[in-house]
Amino acid sequence: MISLAKNELYRLFLSPLAWIILALSQLILAYLFLTHIDYFIQIQAKISAIPGAPGVTELIAIPLLNNAATLLLLIAPLVTMRLIAEERRNESLPLLLSAPLSTHQIVLGKYLGTFGFFLVLLLMISLMPLSLSLGSQLDFGLLASGLLGLALLLASFSAIGLYLSSLTKQPTIAAMTTFASLFLLWIIDWAGNTQITAESSNLFSWLSLLRHYQSLLQGQVNSSDIAYYLIVISTFLILTIRRLDTERLN
Amino acid sequence: MSSVLLSAKELSRSYGQEKAVENISFEIKRGEVLGFLGPNGAGKSTTMKMLSGNLSPNHGEIIINGYDLLSQPKQAKAHIGYLPEQPPLYKELTVKEFLSFCAKINQIPSSKQKAAVDTAIERCGLADVTQRLIGHLSKGYQQRVGIAQAIIHTPAVVILDEPTSGLDPIQIREIRHLIRDIATEHSVILSTHILPEVEMLCDRVQIINKGQLILSDTIKGFGQQMQTSHLLVELTYPPAINVLEGIAGVITVETVTDTLFRLHYIPENNPINEIVSRAASEQWQLTQLTPQQHSLEDVFMKIIRDESHPAEQETL
Repeated sequence: MISLAKNELYRLFLSPLAWIILALSQLILAYLFLTHIDYFIQIQAKISAIPGAPGVTELIAIPLLNNAATLLLLIAPLVTMRLIAEERRNESLPLLLSAPLSTHQIVLGKYLGTFGFFLVLLLMISLMPLSLSLGSQLDFGLLASGLLGLALLLASFSAIGLYLSSLTKQPTIAAMTTFASLFLLWIIDWAGNTQITAESSNLFSWLSLLRHYQSLLQGQVNSSDIAYYLIVISTFLILTIRRLDTERLN
Repeated sequence: MSSVLLSAKELSRSYGQEKAVENISFEIKRGEVLGFLGPNGAGKSTTMKMLSGNLSPNHGEIIINGYDLLSQPKQAKAHIGYLPEQPPLYKELTVKEFLSFCAKINQIPSSKQKAAVDTAIERCGLADVTQRLIGHLSKGYQQRVGIAQAIIHTPAVVILDEPTSGLDPIQIREIRHLIRDIATEHSVILSTHILPEVEMLCDRVQIINKGQLILSDTIKGFGQQMQTSHLLVELTYPPAINVLEGIAGVITVETVTDTLFRLHYIPENNPINEIVSRAASEQWQLTQLTPQQHSLEDVFMKIIRDESHPAEQETL
């Protein structure tokens, strides 16, 4: 399982895709990071007089993580699309299926490999706000909670992407369906905001990936939010395992 | 020692309404090379996929080295190596990287992985290309990497699905050589639609057509079956048919034209001498005497056609 994850990560880095994603996302986020800093410097003089005003972490790091989540929503499907769909297209899946591995080892191996890549990305993103600690005082608790939120979000993206990649032979279809599902789960709480039907909107806003991320970005580590992400991750992993198992039957 | 390494019982598999494989049972013993012969679409690949655990049968069981493939898949799969029709390769890896990965996923203990990779490289003649990317290798070499992948964990049974398809004649020869070499240490199940390949490589042959096993024999028996011989005899003044039928050894006489006859005879009792001498003494004027032997292709076609005729009549 671990060797499968390593292999997945290694093969990802052999393709230019991984490097381009790392470089471009870093570039875009660095630009956003600078605009946030710029804004902070502009208003610094005004807010320094107010007691209990938001600090560097709230005004730079958290908006950056928020931007990063949106950017990764666009990027994640590109990383997860190839996971199983491409193996199927290259007909290399029998290699794994005829090896003495169980389906859940195959699925978890691939999942961990992809998540490993996202952790690298996360680490690089977190370097930017961390660099502020050289000249300023950071709220590490808040930052940690935000990073935890982004990590959980990425873990959910990977699980959903993995499942949708297991459904098809065409990586592009996997990418499109993943993007559509992630986007839907992202904006589903917009229905929740209209407050027309209270009950269904509660459900919709609970389903939203974004809603749970927001509370983590505010520094609230609620077990219900973490449970939500864990439920999403395990649901889609189990669906993937089932999908590969039934493929042998049909 | 002739222990049974793999036994398949009453395997059936259908895709929707279509029955791909129906009620196939067979066994393979240690050190044996079993050839699966059949035209394209006969169910060879489906059978191979089931044996390797890539596809579950609708019905039946597969026992590999004492483990049931369906209830103990992990233990059973550790004893098989599988090369599908399309070799399953990661083209962005080098040969060595790929084989190391295969060694890991086949649960070879880490202390023995390097040795296993080296052995597989050496046995498959890949020593010159270990650092090359698989995607840059020729089809023949890719096939060798595929075979190396299948034997890396020294499985009891190696399953090769059309290992020589799509290769040029020289590569085919090399791959056949490699298969023969592998057969000295592993039992091999080989599927092919090329008859001479079976004759060259296999100890036992099974012919499969339309999902059913229609012949299972040793290669020797298969050869004998091919030699149910007949003679083509042309006589300008032929005697009555029953005179020809009366010649010792002749089973049946077929009249091709007025003067041309096809005599079927028992191989152990060749009637050529008697025909020649009687033709001379009774002045039949023998003008042609041609022994005819079935080629492998003929027998193959004959067996398949014999099987499919009744089915055709049913549908008429």
